[in-house]
Amino acid sequence: EEEKVGEEKPEVLSPEELEKLKEEVDERKKLISTLRGKPWPMRKKLLTLRESHEFVEKYEGALGKGKSRKLYAYKVMMLKALMGRPYGSMPRKTVPRADEANAMDFAVLWDFGVITNCLFGYAQYSVLFYGYYNSQRAIGWLKFRMPLSYFLVGVGTVAYSYMVVIRTMARNANEDGGGDNNSFNFSWKMFTSWDYLIGNPETADNKFASITTSFKEAILEEQESRKDDNIHLTRFLRVLANFLVLCCLAGSGYLIYFVVRRSQKFALEGLESHSWWERNEVNMVMSLLGMFCPMLFDVISALENYHPRIALQWQLGRIFALFLGNLYTFIIALMDEINLKREEEEVLKLNMTIWEASLYNGTLGVNSTAPPITVHPADIPRGPCWETMVGQEFVRLIVSDTMTTYITLLIGDFLRAVLVRFLNYCWCWDLEAGFPSYSEFDVSGNVLGLIFNQGMIWMGAFYAPCLPALNVLRLHVSMYLQCWAVMCCNVPQERVFKASGSNNFYMAMLLVILFLSTLPAIYTIVTIPPSFDCGPFSGKSRMFDVIQETLESDFPAWFGKVFSYASNPGLVLPFLLLMVLAIYYLQSTSKSYKQANLELKKKLQTVSRTINKVLTLIQHLLYSLCGTCTDIVCSPESKKKGGEHRAHQGKSNHQIPPSATSPPAPRGHRIPGPLPGNQWQPAPSVQRVPNSQRH
Amino acid sequence: MGTTASQLRKDLLSEYQELTFLTKQEIILAHKRFSELLSKEDRNVPTPRVPMEKVLSLPELKSNPFRKRICHVFSTSDMKDGSLTFEDFLDLLSAFSDSATLEIKSHYAFRIFDFDDDGTLDGGDLEKLVNCLTGETDDTRLTTEEMRQLISNILEESDIDKDGTVNLSEFQHVISRSPDFVSSFKIVL
Repeated sequence: EEEKVGEEKPEVLSPEELEKLKEEVDERKKLISTLRGKPWPMRKKLLTLRESHEFVEKYEGALGKGKSRKLYAYKVMMLKALMGRPYGSMPRKTVPRADEANAMDFAVLWDFGVITNCLFGYAQYSVLFYGYYNSQRAIGWLKFRMPLSYFLVGVGTVAYSYMVVIRTMARNANEDGGGDNNSFNFSWKMFTSWDYLIGNPETADNKFASITTSFKEAILEEQESRKDDNIHLTRFLRVLANFLVLCCLAGSGYLIYFVVRRSQKFALEGLESHSWWERNEVNMVMSLLGMFCPMLFDVISALENYHPRIALQWQLGRIFALFLGNLYTFIIALMDEINLKREEEEVLKLNMTIWEASLYNGTLGVNSTAPPITVHPADIPRGPCWETMVGQEFVRLIVSDTMTTYITLLIGDFLRAVLVRFLNYCWCWDLEAGFPSYSEFDVSGNVLGLIFNQGMIWMGAFYAPCLPALNVLRLHVSMYLQCWAVMCCNVPQERVFKASGSNNFYMAMLLVILFLSTLPAIYTIVTIPPSFDCGPFSGKSRMFDVIQETLESDFPAWFGKVFSYASNPGLVLPFLLLMVLAIYYLQSTSKSYKQANLELKKKLQTVSRTINKVLTLIQHLLYSLCGTCTDIVCSPESKKKGGEHRAHQGKSNHQIPPSATSPPAPRGHRIPGPLPGNQWQPAPSVQRVPNSQRH
Repeated sequence: MGTTASQLRKDLLSEYQELTFLTKQEIILAHKRFSELLSKEDRNVPTPRVPMEKVLSLPELKSNPFRKRICHVFSTSDMKDGSLTFEDFLDLLSAFSDSATLEIKSHYAFRIFDFDDDGTLDGGDLEKLVNCLTGETDDTRLTTEEMRQLISNILEESDIDKDGTVNLSEFQHVISRSPDFVSSFKIVL
């Protein structure tokens, strides 16, 4: 390094050179931070670290100062540094791992409830139901538009839920890396089954035995699944199983319809004359069906003899159909009740006019007015409120569902565990190993339960606004209860099979449930006129008239005109058509991208192998050429490293004679990127930054 | 216990901490355990080496079926005898530590499983691997037919370019999707 002391040439470093220097320094810093993640021996890492530290310290100072003389000297040094870049490859760009992915899975279910809770102003318990809300158009000095806000919140939460679910699905799909849906059963057993923390020889022996057993089992299972004997019997059994399941489903649907009818009859006769069971029949029946039918399906599926993953998918599909059927039967029955209530309303309206007339004692003519007579609000006959009734039914359903879950947990899991543990001492057969043993924690069943619970909330939220808040409470309690139950009474499943390779299976179910549960609510909003006497929409002919009203009164006139043009069917239909076409187009391009992606992956692997082979060839040529040249600059350590790397090259066609001298590692400790074998493996698809900085 | 013959210099300690996934306490503990393995004469050598037999006597490695391979992979000895210097030992502990990345773990796992050191896992490597995993006694080994079936299944699952061997990227592809690998590939002193 020459520092021109005598010459006062005011040479200033040009901005590009300064920029380059800064980049170089940043690169070195990044290299230092990623060194621990590199599969190099410690010597090499140490030397690299020290060199990089020196470089950074030297030049970081230069970037801050502005003196021209020093700058000239640094310029010279910098040019030398840039020319002789010791590392052939850029430090790999690392992609930080997205660990929020796990947190989001529950956020989908929780976000919804918390927001609705915050949006509703009043915090009193009676605000639970639709009927409480006043239909006054503007409340208070802020002119809060109550009916409008009720409507918009209801619709807005559904739209938000859709957005969140689809966004999560898209993110999961991205992470999957485009359709690699394999399960590496055997490979995982080979490569990941040994537990390196085992230090006890007995434990090691047990582990060996269990690994051997699992290998043999897996091989056997594989062979069984390839056997094709007696396919006709299997097919017949499967058809029979499906028939039985259909009978079950039909039976349960009819049962629910029957009890709902009966409960209507009881309601007409007056609820007080019936027992508790008869009053709560519908909810109890639905919950019990939800508990016992899946067990029945499990037993029936033994006939089918499917691979466990396929059997699990069938089971989940059937439970899905069961819940859906039950829910929709319930809703249809509810519709009947709604119609009943509306008839009641008509009758009441008629009676109201008669009642009012009786107040005036018939002293009025047809067209005269009279001073209003004050009547206490409690004396006015109230109209029946079908919306509140719907809300109440849903709340009762949720509550009974919760109670059933908790009771099943306590009896089915806890009591069973207690009995098995304590009766085992005085029982003829081993209760723990045979029947009944401890209950298994059923992951898929529990997830399905959560999804259906959410579906019920979506359905009832419009008519019972605080339902989501109740559900948040219930979810908290469930979480702690089940956490305790699983640690205390459950054993893990014997065979863990994921329902599908990707995380999107359950998300897709959630999306379907969202769609199916908002359908009834939307139907009622659009077709059934609101009650005349309760709720924020009373008096209107349809609930969505509130939008019309707002447009007319709160917005300027031209806005209303624009809106009416925009909602013209002549405009809306072509727009819908355009969207459908766009979806089709995007779908086909995404398919072709996935295909291209897979092909590129394969090509990359073939290319890397070819390059590896070529490089090995070149290396051998170099050995033979520089066979006698022992590098003067080579330090002893680099000889060691050279020897080690030589051992890890790609497939070589001939043995390297043991007396060969070290490869011509150029310039001492700086080893160029490509040559030594393993370092030139193509970078895996995602790089991860070491996630903790230990200090 | 008394002080070991050579304490770790502070600047070296912070350098090691920057270059591995270990904390300072773990490095100091590693130094202590390593020094216990050294014989009296070796203590005063600048970069002492511990022979493989001594390393294999560590309780953490004693019951491991891959202990010899681990020593060979992390050893920087010219003579390929599996002896480790302290720095090699630190490399070992770093790769097996709790906070090591999946990439580093899978890289070293691949090298450990590569019994013939040729850069790929071929049928011979896989067979030796299975034999390691099923224990050394004859009655726990798999039959030839089972072995053949197993190896062909594995190659069917993992060998993407169908060349009959599993290379590093195919291996890392399989490992990255495994839920247990990171938690089982761990050694803590």
